[in-house]
Amino acid sequence: MNETAFSTDSQLAARHRWGRMFEWACAIATWMCLVILAIMLIGVVIKGWPHLNFAFLTHFDSQIEPETAGIKAGLWGSFWLIALTALFSIPVGIGAAVYLEEYAKPNWLTRLIQLNILNLAGVPSVVYGILGVTVFGHMFGLFGDWPREPVWHLPFGDKVLTGALTLSLLILPVVIISTQEALRSIPASLRHSSLALGATQWQTIRYQVLPASLPGILTGIILALSRAVGESAPLIMIGALTYVSSTPGNIGSVSDFFTKPHGIVEAPFDRFTAMPLVIYNWASQPDDIYQSLSAAGIVVLLLVLLLMNTTAVVVRQRFQNWIRW
Amino acid sequence: MTSATLSAAERPSLQKRWSLTTLKEQCIRLVLFCCALLSVATTAGIILVLFSETVLFFSQVSVFSFFGDTVWQPQSQDNPRFGIWPLACGTFLVAGIAGLIGMPLGLLSALYLSEYASERSRSYLKPTLEVLAGIPSIVYGYFALVFLTPYVLQPIFENVFGIEVGGFNVLSAGIVVGIMIVPTISSLSEDVLRSVPRGLREAGLALGSTKFDVSVRIVLPAALSGIMAAFLLALSRAVGETMAVTIAAGSQPDLSLNVFRSIETMTAYIVMVSLGEASVGSIEYRSLYVVAMSLFLITLAMNIVARFILRRYRNVYQ
Repeated sequence: MNETAFSTDSQLAARHRWGRMFEWACAIATWMCLVILAIMLIGVVIKGWPHLNFAFLTHFDSQIEPETAGIKAGLWGSFWLIALTALFSIPVGIGAAVYLEEYAKPNWLTRLIQLNILNLAGVPSVVYGILGVTVFGHMFGLFGDWPREPVWHLPFGDKVLTGALTLSLLILPVVIISTQEALRSIPASLRHSSLALGATQWQTIRYQVLPASLPGILTGIILALSRAVGESAPLIMIGALTYVSSTPGNIGSVSDFFTKPHGIVEAPFDRFTAMPLVIYNWASQPDDIYQSLSAAGIVVLLLVLLLMNTTAVVVRQRFQNWIRW
Repeated sequence: MTSATLSAAERPSLQKRWSLTTLKEQCIRLVLFCCALLSVATTAGIILVLFSETVLFFSQVSVFSFFGDTVWQPQSQDNPRFGIWPLACGTFLVAGIAGLIGMPLGLLSALYLSEYASERSRSYLKPTLEVLAGIPSIVYGYFALVFLTPYVLQPIFENVFGIEVGGFNVLSAGIVVGIMIVPTISSLSEDVLRSVPRGLREAGLALGSTKFDVSVRIVLPAALSGIMAAFLLALSRAVGETMAVTIAAGSQPDLSLNVFRSIETMTAYIVMVSLGEASVGSIEYRSLYVVAMSLFLITLAMNIVARFILRRYRNVYQ
């Protein structure tokens, strides 16, 4: 063994040691994020455990007896908010994506719209909140004062409808981008064969392209809506309340949909709160019982999100088995 | 042959004719076009709303005091002062800490996922990392306030270093926002790293490089511009982050670099005024729009630069 060979060997060993250390550093960084996620979830469940029972879902918030407080108002508020948001954002989002992918010619206007959607996706949610409160809440002051009671008149004020319209604008870029990706994954041959058989462009889209891309579109929509469920800043901006002891339209259970049908019409114009707002309200109180209530609220919120995400995964896998190219 | 006997007028024309079907097609096309145009209208609405109120604000407060003053006290009755720097300082302090935490973590996990991890572990690590992005920001704020500050930061800094840590502090907010932006950085950077051509890696390995040399000296520099874009996009998200910061960092507009005390960011100020009773049209209410305008312009600039870099980068390898 001469001197140089020995030093090359040890240098090589050192380089490999470095390499292994770096690999470990990368692995630790990745796993650390997951460990933090786990700590966060476990911590919240432990903290909220005393309040995690069925009564928590069916009771209103209470300042006199915080032991019996529940998240009913927030749960129903979030339900109405998301139902209306879905109603507004799904047709418009799919429509815009279909236009951009199927109809638009590659000219300056299309490029402008496309660039604009990408930039809108990066706008902070508080800015959407400001837009919502000015355009839907006050309507620029054109129609007089902010309404205090659940009534049908302009402007919408701090009612469910304002919140849903604001959230719709917020998630619209996400819906459009994910729908575009779903449409892009449909092979051109499908469109060509439909057109060759004499179908018009709309018939091709309606009967071939949209059904084939449905799983992708649905997944994107559910993920966008689950973002809307967790959003709180724009709702605070539009003046949604953090402490309410009624549900929109006084519908507090599934059977109320049938016994109080007029409530369905009144709900969009009613005052509301949402799950993240109730959680925020509890979290900003110093007492320990409120911290614990807040944790229980977070668990419910996360369970709702988990349910939505699982639905997205199931939808994608179920439909993917149907369609084979 | 029947077609030969048909006169020119009777022969079916291939030219487009107006019929109920074509009319319907055109209507649908128009409706869909309006849907697409709504996004442009949203941007126009944001700019219009913010700009008109900003102009009204600057008719009452001079631009020089807005950019020159170092005190932000809009609620004060006798001497309201509107210097943006305390809020800007809070925002950039939180974003800076978030970057210090999120950028190394995100980049290392992107390198791990693209260079080291097996296909199998990648297939479950990546979706789990995405879960971090799907958790609402209010949960991160709660985590910072109820767990991170009392159980981690206060024991460490008070007992070991003897520094007093407030219940609301910038550090906890920065850390959780840093964790929040990890998925953004790691998934964008991973896409960029994976799009580096395989040939570059093989050439490096063939010349006797170790895996570390290939990853850090070949792949990383090749993907650098794309990673910069990922950093920018993530930082713009940190700047616009609202609820986590409002809950964890509190609302004390201060021009200081002390990370153990409460501070107010631009987003937290907007939320705080909305929760309060500022009447529409008052100067305090208008200050909301000015702060939102600043926020919008900062994040827009970061986004545009990042998209520009990403597009340039794609052109290099395709």
